[in-house]
Amino acid sequence: MTSADLTLVLPEILLAVYAMVMLLVAVYTSKDGLASTLVWMTAGVMVALAAYIGVTGEGAKSAFNGMLMIDGFARFAKVTILLAAASVLIMSEGYMKSRDLLRFEYPLLVALSAVGMMVMVSAADLMALYMGLELQSLALYVVASLRRDSVKSTEAGLKYFVLGALSSGLLLYGASLVYGYAGTTLFSGIIETAQAGEVSLGLLFGLVFLMAGMAFKVSAVPFHMWTPDVYEGSPTPVTAFFATAPKVAAMGLFARVLHDAFGNAVSDWSQIVALLSVLSMFLGAVAAIGQTNIKRLMAFSSIAHMGYALMGLAAGTVLGVQAMLIYMAIYVTMNVGTFAFILMMEKDGQPVTDIAALNMYSKREPGKALAMLVLLFSLAGVPPMLGFFGKFYVLRAAYEADLAWLAIAGVVASVIGAYYYLRIVFYMYFGDENAEGLDSGGSTILWGFLMASAAVMVLGIANMFGVESAAAAAAATLVN
Amino acid sequence: MDNLLSIVTFIPAVAALILLVFLRGDDEAANRNAKWLAMAATSMTFLVSLFILAEFDPNDTGFQFVEEAPWLLGLQYKMGVDGISVLFVMLTTFIMPLVIAASWNVTERVKEYMIAFLMLETLMLGVFMALDLVLFYLFFEAGLIPMFLIIGIWGGANRIYASFKFFLYTFLGSVLMLVAMVGMFAEAGTTDIEQLLIHQFDFETFSIAGVTIVGGLQTLLFLAFFASFAVKMPMWPVHTWLPDAHVQAPTAGSVVLAAILLKMGGYGFLRFSIPMFPVGAEVLTPLVLWMSAIAIVYTSLVALVQEDMKKLIAYSSVAHMGFVTMGIFAANQQGVDGAIFQMISHGFISGALFLCVGVIYDRMHTREIDAYGGLVNRMPAYALIFMLFTMANVGLPGTSGFVGEFLTLVAIFQVNTWVAAVATTGVIFSAAYALWLYRRVVMGDLIKESLRSITDMSPRERWIFAPLVAMTLLLGVYPALVLDITGPAVAALVSNYDTALAAAEAASQLASN
Repeated sequence: MTSADLTLVLPEILLAVYAMVMLLVAVYTSKDGLASTLVWMTAGVMVALAAYIGVTGEGAKSAFNGMLMIDGFARFAKVTILLAAASVLIMSEGYMKSRDLLRFEYPLLVALSAVGMMVMVSAADLMALYMGLELQSLALYVVASLRRDSVKSTEAGLKYFVLGALSSGLLLYGASLVYGYAGTTLFSGIIETAQAGEVSLGLLFGLVFLMAGMAFKVSAVPFHMWTPDVYEGSPTPVTAFFATAPKVAAMGLFARVLHDAFGNAVSDWSQIVALLSVLSMFLGAVAAIGQTNIKRLMAFSSIAHMGYALMGLAAGTVLGVQAMLIYMAIYVTMNVGTFAFILMMEKDGQPVTDIAALNMYSKREPGKALAMLVLLFSLAGVPPMLGFFGKFYVLRAAYEADLAWLAIAGVVASVIGAYYYLRIVFYMYFGDENAEGLDSGGSTILWGFLMASAAVMVLGIANMFGVESAAAAAAATLVN
Repeated sequence: MDNLLSIVTFIPAVAALILLVFLRGDDEAANRNAKWLAMAATSMTFLVSLFILAEFDPNDTGFQFVEEAPWLLGLQYKMGVDGISVLFVMLTTFIMPLVIAASWNVTERVKEYMIAFLMLETLMLGVFMALDLVLFYLFFEAGLIPMFLIIGIWGGANRIYASFKFFLYTFLGSVLMLVAMVGMFAEAGTTDIEQLLIHQFDFETFSIAGVTIVGGLQTLLFLAFFASFAVKMPMWPVHTWLPDAHVQAPTAGSVVLAAILLKMGGYGFLRFSIPMFPVGAEVLTPLVLWMSAIAIVYTSLVALVQEDMKKLIAYSSVAHMGFVTMGIFAANQQGVDGAIFQMISHGFISGALFLCVGVIYDRMHTREIDAYGGLVNRMPAYALIFMLFTMANVGLPGTSGFVGEFLTLVAIFQVNTWVAAVATTGVIFSAAYALWLYRRVVMGDLIKESLRSITDMSPRERWIFAPLVAMTLLLGVYPALVLDITGPAVAALVSNYDTALAAAEAASQLASN
């Protein structure tokens, strides 16, 4: 262990040390009284680290004898993760405070899970992978059941934990098989063994189990069952968090394992990913039609979106990874805005999740309704919103990898999916006059996030704020 | 002016943005400002677009006023017009001020209404000017959003169903086109329409899963584009969204839908399907021709039994669009000329007919044909105008409706006599339903109690019709106004099509030897 290694993982170390020091400080001082300050501080630290990662660091360097890989791909994913986590933290402060949910552990658990996510996207070894994944998951299980006196919230936490443990088991089983047949846990070693056409059955088995475990984390069908319940049961800010940063991390991990460890055997996993993708897109589109709870609806929406991101991954090319990264960046931005809107859905100070409550929202709150309209069309992938470009990139990647059938399935699913986004538009714009509505107003911070997110969806079509070229560079480092 | 096209396209969008950001309040004054600003913006767009027409050189068959800028992922922002698209641009800028004027009585959410129409104008203009595949798709699809809102917010009783059907139906058609566009991007390595027009797509026959596809990739790409344009057009049997959308949309929405949005399908055929996939087009021509012939006869018959005026005119639109697809796929000079002429003329005529319905709907709040009768007694001016457009709809010589139908029928007669024979009977049916509608609504004695106090058209309403009357008659007696502009571009299109087919023929001969 050299100091060079430590410099490479400096952001992770700083964030972990920060979280633990603050935990101690808070425990020995005013506890929850510090919570608000901690939320802002943690968000600040995350933004600063994101800036640090974004500005410094060039090329691909491996640390700790190849256990971790710090390359452009990891940096892109980490910046996205940190910014998403910071945004969600800031958004949750007001909501949690007014409901007496704001514990000092919350920001620190989010910070710790962010550390786990950063390890996940940098992992270049099965052990590091598992360590990152579990650090992330454990923190997430706790925040899911943050509302201890609510049955739904504790149920969500428990369900997430049990199913998460199961998936970790699957993943671990796969990892042990891979280790057994490859003789090493290092990705750089596995890739030597896993050559296209000559992957041994045991290795293939290991790969399938690994993928099952990771599919659970990205909530791809058929490993998605936990998602609607956990999304519905968790406090809304926590749901917002689940829908953003962990998804990026899990997709990053997925891409990392498939390309770094099994990059020479694309034909062996491409079809599995394509299947996960097509199932997710269709289930996400169809199952959400009957939903009236906007949080469950967003759960199915995120399942469908993961399907599109997986479509990029199924291509198994540089373009595919680039498309996936762009898709995830756009997806996170859309979701931050959408959840800012959902957090503002209140009636008499109580959170409302029924979409029928949005009746004629556009009359009372034209600005917010318009921003949400933009986001919904973006989620549906209707041009000219940025969401369309996310889809365009993955479609192109799929087509060029001879997966035209997947592209066709994807666009058909997007038409079905458009229906439920339109239904929200329908409530906001076409509803009845006399129905009772939601409270107007809402915090300035949430309003800001909503507007900023909607503005990005429209203005981003000019040049995507440089994300396109950053993603291209990131993808090039991962796929050789 | 180097970026004349962008200026024309984005004037309405800028006005919409100004309305959105600066106009506050919901009172009388705010509504008036919104209306006048929309009126000013659309009029200004029309005036500026006159420069395009003035500077346009019909004998240059390439794209003119081209502007280019790089964009994401090797795409580009590229705009331009040629002899085929320039008249659609003019039609759009011409119709929009009339549409705004016809919406002067809107009282509900005026600001949003004007924003929706202004955005719609920008997007429609973009469709006709875009010279990049993805840019085209962007404008083409984005137009669904304002139209969805226009039908859904300001529409009639069953507006929700109609708006969802409109959106999902057309969206499903277009996404297949998106996949085809991605495919073209992959095959040709560019999304520049100018280059794609030269690019020759593969037409080697192959088979997938036991199905032999004559014309290979070209046929598949053609089908994907066809799915989108046929729905947009709309062609039988995917026309069912149109009557619903028309009936439920507010008058101005119907006018835009009939006069401009339907033309996007025909324009798409001329811009993409025929020149880019000639082999695929040739393979499927018989299918398209028969679909058109069936559309003409079948929808005319359906129109005969309608009880709702708007529905009747909607079905008549489908029939008239049948002439357009027939002309396009006849693929000769008269056919394509006639199709473009028919589209332009139908823009004026159907727009005017929907405005005619709007005039009496504003007074009586019903579109039932049975609720009217004998209007000529109280509304002579209305009766005169309505008669003119009824006759134009029938295709009476001297009105613009005649020229387009005649040209397309002449063209199709050279290609497929049977289709021509079937389609010609449609002309008779169209006379039947249009005249019968006119008789039931306008002629006879005024016996309905509710109609006793109906008033004739106000000066504002008359002024809205004046330009439409003028254009219908002018094009009817002097069709060269349109044909001189489209002629050279169409000649080039047809000769390229024939050359491509001959080359494909020669290539397949060579391969079989």
